Amino acid sequence: MDLLNAIVALLNFVVIPATSYGAQLALGALGVTLIYGILRFSNFAHGDTMAFGTAMVILVTWAMQAMGIHLGPLPTALLALPFGIALTAALVLGTDRAVYRFYRRQKAAPVILVIVSMGVMFIMNGVTRFIIGVDEIRFDDGARFLINAGDFKAATGLAEGLAFRSTQALTIVTAVIVVAALFWFLNKTRTGKSMRAYSDNEDLALLSGINPERVVAVTWIIAAGLATIAGTLYGLDKSFKAFNYFQLLLPIFASAIVGGLGSPLGAIAGGFLIAFSEVGFTYAWKKVATYVLPESLAPDGLAQLLSTDYKFAVSFAILIVVLLFKPTGLFKGKSV
Amino acid sequence: MNPRNILLFAFVAALIVIEGMTASWNTALGILNMGLISAILALGVNMQWGYAGLFNVGVVGFVALGGLAPVLVATPPVTEVWTGGGAYRLILGLLFGVAVIALAIALNKRLAGRNRAVALLVVLIGGFFLFRAVFDPAVEVVEAFKPATYSNIGGLGLPVLLAWPVGGILAAGAAWVIGKTALGLRSDYLAIATLGIGEIIIAVMKNEDWLARGVKNVISIPRPVPYEVDLQADPGFVEWAAGFGVDPVTASTIVVKLLYAGLFTVVLLALIWASQMALNSPWGRMMRAIRDNETAAEAMGKDVTRRHLQVFILGSAVCGLAGAMIVTLDSQLTPGTYNPLRFTFLVWVMVIVGGSGNNWGAVLGGFLIWYLWIKVEPWGNQLMDLITSGMAEGALKSHLKDSAAHMRLLTMGLVLLLVLRFSPRGLIPER
Repeated sequence: MDLLNAIVALLNFVVIPATSYGAQLALGALGVTLIYGILRFSNFAHGDTMAFGTAMVILVTWAMQAMGIHLGPLPTALLALPFGIALTAALVLGTDRAVYRFYRRQKAAPVILVIVSMGVMFIMNGVTRFIIGVDEIRFDDGARFLINAGDFKAATGLAEGLAFRSTQALTIVTAVIVVAALFWFLNKTRTGKSMRAYSDNEDLALLSGINPERVVAVTWIIAAGLATIAGTLYGLDKSFKAFNYFQLLLPIFASAIVGGLGSPLGAIAGGFLIAFSEVGFTYAWKKVATYVLPESLAPDGLAQLLSTDYKFAVSFAILIVVLLFKPTGLFKGKSV
Repeated sequence: MNPRNILLFAFVAALIVIEGMTASWNTALGILNMGLISAILALGVNMQWGYAGLFNVGVVGFVALGGLAPVLVATPPVTEVWTGGGAYRLILGLLFGVAVIALAIALNKRLAGRNRAVALLVVLIGGFFLFRAVFDPAVEVVEAFKPATYSNIGGLGLPVLLAWPVGGILAAGAAWVIGKTALGLRSDYLAIATLGIGEIIIAVMKNEDWLARGVKNVISIPRPVPYEVDLQADPGFVEWAAGFGVDPVTASTIVVKLLYAGLFTVVLLALIWASQMALNSPWGRMMRAIRDNETAAEAMGKDVTRRHLQVFILGSAVCGLAGAMIVTLDSQLTPGTYNPLRFTFLVWVMVIVGGSGNNWGAVLGGFLIWYLWIKVEPWGNQLMDLITSGMAEGALKSHLKDSAAHMRLLTMGLVLLLVLRFSPRGLIPER
């Protein structure tokens, strides 16, 4: 019984939150890694692209709610997602045309593009705040729980409740669908193949008649889609606050680098690795330990390795370890 | 300095003087003081970016770390926690933590293969728990002492000016750790690593109450200049102020600000002199050669990674120095105010607009962008008032008016992009 309780507590406080957080990070890191693979720079504006996309989704959600459109048990934001993606893609393509294309033609050094992306980040941050403000916004509606803690306790007779929020389930399901679609696109379609060819060897791809502008445009659209989906899922799961998305930049970059910049599979693995380490290090293990260990060994304190305020330190520490020992990442990214 | 550059500096000076004439000399001197510090910050970032092409996105962390120095150096020690032994134990815990990491690094160099992995894991994990066992109780003791006023270990009670170089040393230490890890890899990695260290330094300063009271802030840090109230109480000063026809309250605030400005100017001039000498020395030429063509410089026998580490540490130390100066100017440490947009990206805008690679350019950018940063908000408000003046009262109008506060970010981003695109060498280009 105690062991079961321990497993339920572990699922409830570690596995489920970390899985959904990992899925959000993975989607974000996929965007970063794709842009890195094709455009060859680390896009610092990605966090704010996520924030902008989410802001768009929130606005469309509000409009739909005002018109009385609902999705039943699912959050309305899901219905608003395509509109949000379209708006974000338009913004990102406009940015590429107005800003990045010039430097691409010049064949500017990657670090210049990074600085440019910092400027874009500033502007996007300002635009997002301008449109939706700096306050915390909750926009989830529909059913709150897939499994309710109280019901679970009553049904199983365990002391520990298991809560599975619908937003968490939604995050995981959406992430699986999106990732499957992305890999199908990259591996099976002509455009996807040309993208991979361009990423592997730019000159060879140009020689074989691949249109670079088209590849770049498709990359931006996919990145905008991934960013909007990741941002919306994160916002549904926790809440929307523009500054939090800027702070997500560090774990997202850490995920992409841990997996190997430029490697989509690596981004997903990195996302989950970072998420599980973050939750694992900052979770107070007292409850689980009390169930599993004999009474004499039970911990006095919270058995928390790090305070939750230091969750960024976890992704940073992992990042440093990877940079020290395996700078190309776990899945052999593009370059050192 | 050619006539054009002198004109540019005169223009910025005129902006500040106009502010003094039209608004008040107090705000003008406030802009001047932070402008001086911003110029120093920009010099520091310019060393990294302009001389060596290193992209540091963690400026805010180095500034915050420098800001710790006035608290640790100048505030009086909290003797009770030292005599109680809590603080000694805490320092012991920290030293132990450092020793564990040093041991891990030593093992990492000596051993190889599976032995190395096992030994490292044992040392690091065992060390972590031992460290917590020593450190946590000590923290509890220290933080339990009068949490409303202290809860920290206090400082050394030394003159606050001593804290400025100490701030530089603290930042240099952090830079050394980061540089050792991320330099020598591709340029983006340094950017991401510095982004991380910036966030972590601020997280530590917000949460470790024993260090500098965390978000409870440290106020009334000793000042290197007299207090306004003392000046107002001094009959000689009141008489002197009356000679100018100024009331003693205004006179005292202005005199204090001028004294600060004098101190900052001395530091700034010393730094400009040193950086100009360095830039025009064989060392400076070597740095630029490395920046422009790493492979060629390496072929000439230059140790690129080592030189990068050197200049990265120097630049970060200057940022730390500026951080200590900011805290001294405010005479308080408020970790909650260290915002990366304000302390990292704004400094980058200063360097790029001013002219990367040119010390005078960085200084000019520091003054100009700080002035704009202060002024854009009221301008944004006025602009919004103008736009919305014809509108009916309602949600849209109030939303637009509230949004004026975000004009700063937009403008700074726009300025950065425009300069990068159309005048990438900045206002005062590198020679």
